[in-house]
Amino acid sequence: VSLDYGLLIPEIILAVTAFGVLGLDAFRRELKTSDTSLAIVAAVGAVVAFAASLLYLDRDPETFGGLIAVDDYTTFFRLLFTAVVFVVILGSFEYVNKNISHAGEFYSLLLLSTVGATFMAAAQELLTAYISIELLSFSLYVAVSLAKKDTRSAEAGLKYVLLGGVASAMLLYGLSFIYGTAGSTSYDEIGAAFTTAAEGEPELAVLVGLALVIAGLGFKASAVPFHMWTPDAYEGAPLPITAYLSATSKAATFALLLRLFGGPLLPLIDEWRWMMASLAVVTMVVGNLIALQQTNIKRLLAYSSIGQVGFMLMALATLSDASSSALLLHMSGYLITNLAVFTAVIAFYNKTGREEIADFRGLAETQPYLAVVITVGLFSLSGMPLLAGFASKFILFQAAASAGYLWLSAIAVIMSTVSLYYYLAVIRQMYVYEPTGDTARWSPSPMAYALTGVLLVGIVVVGLYFGPLYEAADRATSVLFAAAP
Amino acid sequence: MASSDGYVLLALFLVPLGTTLLLAATPSKERAAIVALTGVSSLAMFVMSVYAFTQYDFEGAQFQGVKAWTWVENVGLLGEDGIQLKVGLDGMGATMVLLTGVIILAGTWVSWKIQHRAKDFFILLYIMVAGVYGCFVILDLFFFFLLYETAVLPMYLLIAVWGSTRKEYGAMKLMMMLVAASILIFIGIFGAFSAAGIGTFDLEALYAAEIPRNTQLLLFPMIAFGCGTLGGMWPFHSWSPDGHAAAPTAVSMCHAGVLMKCGAFGIIRLGFQLMPEGAEFWAPGLVVVGIIAALYGAISALRQTDLKLMTGFSSVSHMGYVFLGLGTLNVIGMSGAVLQMFAHGVMTALFFLLIGGMYDQSHDREIPNFSGMARQMPVWTIFFVIAGLASLGLPGLSGFVAEVHIFIGTFRAYPVVGGLAVLTAAITATYLLRMFSQAFFGEFNPRWSGLKEITLVERAGATLLAGTILVLGVWPAPWVDRISTTIANSIPGVSL
Repeated sequence: VSLDYGLLIPEIILAVTAFGVLGLDAFRRELKTSDTSLAIVAAVGAVVAFAASLLYLDRDPETFGGLIAVDDYTTFFRLLFTAVVFVVILGSFEYVNKNISHAGEFYSLLLLSTVGATFMAAAQELLTAYISIELLSFSLYVAVSLAKKDTRSAEAGLKYVLLGGVASAMLLYGLSFIYGTAGSTSYDEIGAAFTTAAEGEPELAVLVGLALVIAGLGFKASAVPFHMWTPDAYEGAPLPITAYLSATSKAATFALLLRLFGGPLLPLIDEWRWMMASLAVVTMVVGNLIALQQTNIKRLLAYSSIGQVGFMLMALATLSDASSSALLLHMSGYLITNLAVFTAVIAFYNKTGREEIADFRGLAETQPYLAVVITVGLFSLSGMPLLAGFASKFILFQAAASAGYLWLSAIAVIMSTVSLYYYLAVIRQMYVYEPTGDTARWSPSPMAYALTGVLLVGIVVVGLYFGPLYEAADRATSVLFAAAP
Repeated sequence: MASSDGYVLLALFLVPLGTTLLLAATPSKERAAIVALTGVSSLAMFVMSVYAFTQYDFEGAQFQGVKAWTWVENVGLLGEDGIQLKVGLDGMGATMVLLTGVIILAGTWVSWKIQHRAKDFFILLYIMVAGVYGCFVILDLFFFFLLYETAVLPMYLLIAVWGSTRKEYGAMKLMMMLVAASILIFIGIFGAFSAAGIGTFDLEALYAAEIPRNTQLLLFPMIAFGCGTLGGMWPFHSWSPDGHAAAPTAVSMCHAGVLMKCGAFGIIRLGFQLMPEGAEFWAPGLVVVGIIAALYGAISALRQTDLKLMTGFSSVSHMGYVFLGLGTLNVIGMSGAVLQMFAHGVMTALFFLLIGGMYDQSHDREIPNFSGMARQMPVWTIFFVIAGLASLGLPGLSGFVAEVHIFIGTFRAYPVVGGLAVLTAAITATYLLRMFSQAFFGEFNPRWSGLKEITLVERAGATLLAGTILVLGVWPAPWVDRISTTIANSIPGVSL
């Protein structure tokens, strides 16, 4: 077994930075560290890890002892997740300085959870995958409850950890069924075992295992009916953590789902396809309908992200080479858009300390730039043209239709239209109504300007010229199907 | 039209998009700069539109000025030439481009008097115009739909922020109905692309591909109702009167003038040309819907007292003629439909321009409150009468040319329906002439002695529109040639 630690350099960098940040925080008095310097160290760590990930582009796939694969798929997600954590760190340090009393823990947990996320995408073995999930989840359980002054935060953390524990148990139980029937925990050997066994009726144990695995991972991805924790966790968590939850935590779960179901479990596709399809339908319908009656911006975005999960699950239900590259394209566009919205909302919160939708009243008068960012972001989430959401949804839904699931993409388009209604409700507050109370103009911090500016350009570029990103996604996913039996 | 003219076609929607960027960079206080920028930009669009229309050679190839830039190909579900930025013009597109050029020029002029957040207004208006132009010149299904939706996108804010009467209700209703209709178009496009199975969104390639008959029968109604909703098709027209009543002047002009035409144009592009067998099967349905809309709109207009609502219902009625003409499946009827799209666009824009010019002073649009306006505002009245007479189909004006084509086509295909269509024209004459006599003539109501004549800028815009009405009315050949050859050559299964 080859154990080439050189394959893990980006994660090692992230982990070392995480502990470095903790150390700097521990010797705060001696080293005279400020909260901002911790953010800078963490951000630099993320950039270095990003740069290190670039070294693995265009290399032949290799594995670390058969546990962790380093291929284009892993590289894609390494780049994505390090970029996301970089954006979240930059977007949050102002918030952290004001509202969080444990800055060191905050940044190191973000970095550690990113390690978990990239390993989820890279795992080639069931237990490695499980441990990666737990690394991500445990970091987030703590991070969600970091806003100690807010009682909602503690409540959210408790709910998240309890329900998360149940989900982990289900997942582990399901994995044990798969191990029991396939006789191995390695993806390759599971795939081989199920390919030969694919003839004839599947065993009941396999079905139970699949159902439990989907339920467990469905919880992590907040698919309905395993979504109960999501709105509370989103609302209670510190805003930057909410942004991170909606981005990396979701995307990593899908990275794992795609590698697992697009590889070793692909021979069983006829057994699990209907599970994914029904999960997708229920998730997008329930998520989008409940979002209609939200009054808090975090809860609104929580339900809207549940709706988005439904769209992404659709790609798994119609799994093929075409739909998985479409999934990665959509996911990337969604991350960029969501981060833009959240960065703007964080900047708004830093100024006003408010997070109800009605508080955005008249923002177009008091802070027109943030109003534009939020409007563009919400329009993109609802799939309006010229923006990332339109292009990526178009490709994603077309992929489902081309796979013979026109009815599924029809439901998706309908739900996507429903989502426009509640996004418009926010936009209406900002543009149609006059501001109340303090109507003086104010400016967000230069960092918020710069960050949202870059993300805004990203939204438009992905919306209009998505070719390069789509090709990268295609190259990443082609690894999965090349290896599939 | 030379192939290099493809750059002009590209510029048609890049110029308004570029203008929005320049506008975004202009400080809101610099009103003069905003006026200058939009003035130059709209004039450039107008000139390019006229150029594109005149350069289109109706004896040449069907699509002219074709230029394609590969956008995304050979990745995921896309094959060779998967998505291209491909432009090209046919006779119908040329007509619609000219229409857009005329209306955006006049629309820009009358919008200069907007005081409230004028810069934002123009940015949104030009995004819409870019989308509209794009629809008419693009030959790639992906970009067609992208630009089609782009045209709808700014409507919500344009109406909700700058509108009048019940603006939030009108804006939300319009937006949700149009976006809901897009669901059907989405499904139609997804279905057509996967059924064609050639991995490209190139419209010319898709036209040549074989889409199975059953798929066409399933998808054509989706395209027809999906695009038809934007075209104000009965029974999904109800956003139109409310939306138009609420919208600010220039938005009503562009919306009723050109955006609704995108809907009817979409039915031709994605329906008749892409799924001819489906179109043949469902054409009688279009006739039924069209004649109901024509009659229903006209009868509803009889009952309206608000000038804008009357015009809104009159639009529903006139767009009914368009669907009726399309459903006849003969060259003369379908040409009439496209002519009607042009004619209705110009005269409705003129109506809304005039109503806006008066409403800004009087803040009243109730017809019974007016009387003897011809004495107070003679110029305004003259333009209004021209628009009205064109609307009721007086020979020598644009409406007549269009309607006569549609009526002949309808009589050939469905004589009984043809009779009903002529009846509709009579009802139209009734409500318009009654409105004239009530509002313009008779004893002058002194309440309005403070009203001033419309401004010079508005007169210029009205002259442009009224001039177009007259030109099409007396010399329709350039339009008829371009439209009828395109229809005869590009839609399989039409009779003469």
